[in-house]
Amino acid sequence: MIAWTIYLTFAGAVIVLLLPRSFARWIALLTAVAGFAISLAIFSRPNVDLGHFTTIVRVPWIPALGMNYHLALDGISLTLVLVTGLAAISAILFSWDVDERANEFFFWLLLVVGGSYGVFLSADLFLLFLFYELVIVPKYFLIAIFGSTNKEYGAMKLTLYSFFGGALVFLGVIVAYVAGGSSDLNQLGQFQFSSQLQSWAFPVLFLGFAVLAGIWPLHTWAPTGHVAAPTAGSMLLAGIVMKLGAYGALRVAMNLFPDGFQMWRGWFAVLAVIGIVYAAAVALRQRDLKFVIGYSSVSHMGFVLLGLATANVFGVSGAVLQMFSHGVIGALLFAVAGTMIYRRTHTRDLDALSAMNLRKALPFAAFTFVIASAASMGIPGFSGFAAEITILIGAWRTYPAAVWIVGVGMVLVGAFTLRALKRAFFDSDLAAGGAAQAAPAENPATSGQLEPITIPEKLGAGLLMLATLVVGLYPKLLLDRIQPAVEAMRFLK
Amino acid sequence: MVGLITALIIIPVAGAIVLYIGHAKNPRVIALIFNGISLFYALMLWQKFDAGAPGLQLIERHAWIPSLGAEYLVGIDGLSLLLILLTSLVFPFAFCAQQLERGACALMLVMQAALYGTFTAQNFVLWFLFYEMSLIPAFLLIKIYGGANRDHASVKFFLYTFLGSVFMLLAFLGIYFAKETFDFAKLADLGKTGLLTGNVRWFVFAGIFLGLAVKVPIFPFHTWLPDAYQTAPTGVSMVLTGTLSKMGVYGFIRLLVPLFPNEIKIAGPWILALVVCSIVFAPLAAWAQRDLKRMVAYLSINHLGYCLLGLFAIATTSTSAVIDRHAALSGVFLQIFNHGLTAAALFYFVGLLEQRRGLRGINDFGGLMQRAPLLCGWMSVAVFSSLGLPGLNGFLGEFLIFKGSFATAAGFTSLAVIGLLFTAVTFMRAMQSLFSGPLAESCAGFSDLLLNEKIVVVPVTLLMFAIGLNPQFILNTFNTTVAQMARLFGA
Repeated sequence: MIAWTIYLTFAGAVIVLLLPRSFARWIALLTAVAGFAISLAIFSRPNVDLGHFTTIVRVPWIPALGMNYHLALDGISLTLVLVTGLAAISAILFSWDVDERANEFFFWLLLVVGGSYGVFLSADLFLLFLFYELVIVPKYFLIAIFGSTNKEYGAMKLTLYSFFGGALVFLGVIVAYVAGGSSDLNQLGQFQFSSQLQSWAFPVLFLGFAVLAGIWPLHTWAPTGHVAAPTAGSMLLAGIVMKLGAYGALRVAMNLFPDGFQMWRGWFAVLAVIGIVYAAAVALRQRDLKFVIGYSSVSHMGFVLLGLATANVFGVSGAVLQMFSHGVIGALLFAVAGTMIYRRTHTRDLDALSAMNLRKALPFAAFTFVIASAASMGIPGFSGFAAEITILIGAWRTYPAAVWIVGVGMVLVGAFTLRALKRAFFDSDLAAGGAAQAAPAENPATSGQLEPITIPEKLGAGLLMLATLVVGLYPKLLLDRIQPAVEAMRFLK
Repeated sequence: MVGLITALIIIPVAGAIVLYIGHAKNPRVIALIFNGISLFYALMLWQKFDAGAPGLQLIERHAWIPSLGAEYLVGIDGLSLLLILLTSLVFPFAFCAQQLERGACALMLVMQAALYGTFTAQNFVLWFLFYEMSLIPAFLLIKIYGGANRDHASVKFFLYTFLGSVFMLLAFLGIYFAKETFDFAKLADLGKTGLLTGNVRWFVFAGIFLGLAVKVPIFPFHTWLPDAYQTAPTGVSMVLTGTLSKMGVYGFIRLLVPLFPNEIKIAGPWILALVVCSIVFAPLAAWAQRDLKRMVAYLSINHLGYCLLGLFAIATTSTSAVIDRHAALSGVFLQIFNHGLTAAALFYFVGLLEQRRGLRGINDFGGLMQRAPLLCGWMSVAVFSSLGLPGLNGFLGEFLIFKGSFATAAGFTSLAVIGLLFTAVTFMRAMQSLFSGPLAESCAGFSDLLLNEKIVVVPVTLLMFAIGLNPQFILNTFNTTVAQMARLFGA
């Protein structure tokens, strides 16, 4: 049944293209809600085996090469399918005002979503790679056509990085296929590759995937890409696309080449820790709100990579939980910055925003951003905390020294988030006290000319806030489904 | 069915939601109504609490995140109950201090819920959740509703505290990694034989110490406090000093000392040295202040220092007699309650002065006794309570602390006595320049206590006298807990 998430989304994409423009957003929303509803139905069903990568569809595809159209599901996939659905729904709600070329916009958007569902559910190496590459193209168009600041540059940079990563992944996939004699992920997961092969194939494959996860120092596409993208584009990038890389690293690179993973994981932990601290430090110096959030994404994805590198149940489960959590929180932050603020004020410059008294003009946006910031900082009660604490427990086991450095990173995350929050919403007194009082009529924000937050925006923000709060207060919901699946992975044994 | 403690935590949250959703004309009334319900529940808790029984009572336990060792576990002993009562009293007092906006009232209520949770949670993850839950509301209250310099003060406050909490969190993860439990009682049991070994234990110890030391705060981690207290609105300052600072003291008593009895014996003298610095230097700094609020803020550091003096004096030496440990610890508990009440009252009075004059510099007033004798009189009671005048609440707590800690750490205690002197001098000078002398011209139109202010001031002052004259009723609530801890800390 979960396979229908893929079919429905692609069908929805085609229908959006065919029907008149005014239907586009409704169809897109309907499609996304249906996909989410399906995954939620599977999620709430008690007797689904999520401990193993259980096959749901298996049809011969290119029999001569042993390739199958093969989909499977376990707790990790399901978690990521859920966050894909959440991000998709809210991204569409936050694009409710897209009028120009709306068909095309929602078409590309749904392709990204459908492709991502495909990646998370593929149990065949080539099928996974196909979906993986399928996401890149619509992403390019979303940014290049509908983006804003420096959009051609951002889109091209992102695409080149993606293709570079994709090429490495392709190389790794071919190696695994040739040496393992199969493209079935479950079969390859049993196959014993020679450790000599693993020692070089693993880093190639892992790095290829990790580019999309924003691993330092190959992260630079992320901030520029996020900034250039339209709101929905950044929400999908942060919410889903970065997860594709981390998921691939876990499902393919780590599970296929456990020995290579053991050889290299120390190095990747180092990169992850540098990424966490470096990105947080850079974010502290940004003036563009979207750049701040873009770097925060890199920092948060550093936690995912650190969790993966710990190679124990806690760390890896935490990493998967962090993928979910960052998907929700990242999408929420970009929604506030992109739609709630930028579309109304036409600026994302923190200095300019601080003069606008946005707390009074857009109280709901302020509320949402406070919640999102708290979640992003890792305040307990939100999903970010649940994920980070799990990762750090895992990291204590393998890299105790890293934990203390990450601690510094967490403080930096707190610092830059707070700075952004303060400048964007709570600095009004500085400017309002001086400049705005002198000429109150000229300040668009204080004189109430900003369009109030619309219902779709409130719905989308509410959905994401609810998700981060529910998972934060009761992470058992997801952890119970993630942990058995992680325990079944080969590299733990 | 929701247990009493859970209900206590939920009520303020419900109040905050009501305030956020509804557009009440007078938010303060709504907040006070919810405070009344909270107080009622707190009293009910007191009534249900069996003061003679050792250990935790009224425990509620539910599975939460088993894989992380986190469970919903709340319960109270004498210390928790004391702090719940204090929180329930300080919040209505703070709401009475000034008219606050709807948002501010809602944030205060969230903070109240966080405090109840912090004082009752018996599992680290849950405790930390509440501990941090107070942080964002406190930041926003200072940032949005504060006075001059609020920008700087709020960020400084947040980052300091956040830094402390992150390191505390990491330290606890280290403990969890070694012992696989977050349960306070179990950890305290394990602590007797040494929780961790090797150098790691010092990292962990330092992490927890740092987190709590910033929160209290102890010299030299205190620099956020004067800025924050000075700029926050009166009601918020009252809550910050009255209850939020107690989170740190509570953490020291509940976590650091039981978990690291052996490490404390080694690090204790160093910590005591810092505590004595807080006690001696804070009043000196207060002496130098021109802003009344800032002065009271510095004196707050001094008073919290006494709590920690008593605690660390008995935790450092194992040879002391049980009776001394008992005395010191009773004093610490009493001082926690007294300081909460008295410091809140002092901020309240400073707030009254500021409302009337528009300024709160020490030199902006003069000869107030002529214009506002009642105000001066009642304020003097609060000041004397803070000084530790016998007959008022402050005396007994400090007396017990000095009695107990002199027997165990005579040197540090003698030095700390100097702090008493400095405090007295600072307060006396302030009172002199405020109340006596010729009437300052700017204070000509100064009004005395109004009826609604009297309604607030009188019960609070009566409570101070009640504790000062008959402390037994409050000592009884935590006597068993103190006895238990006194045995534990000496072992």
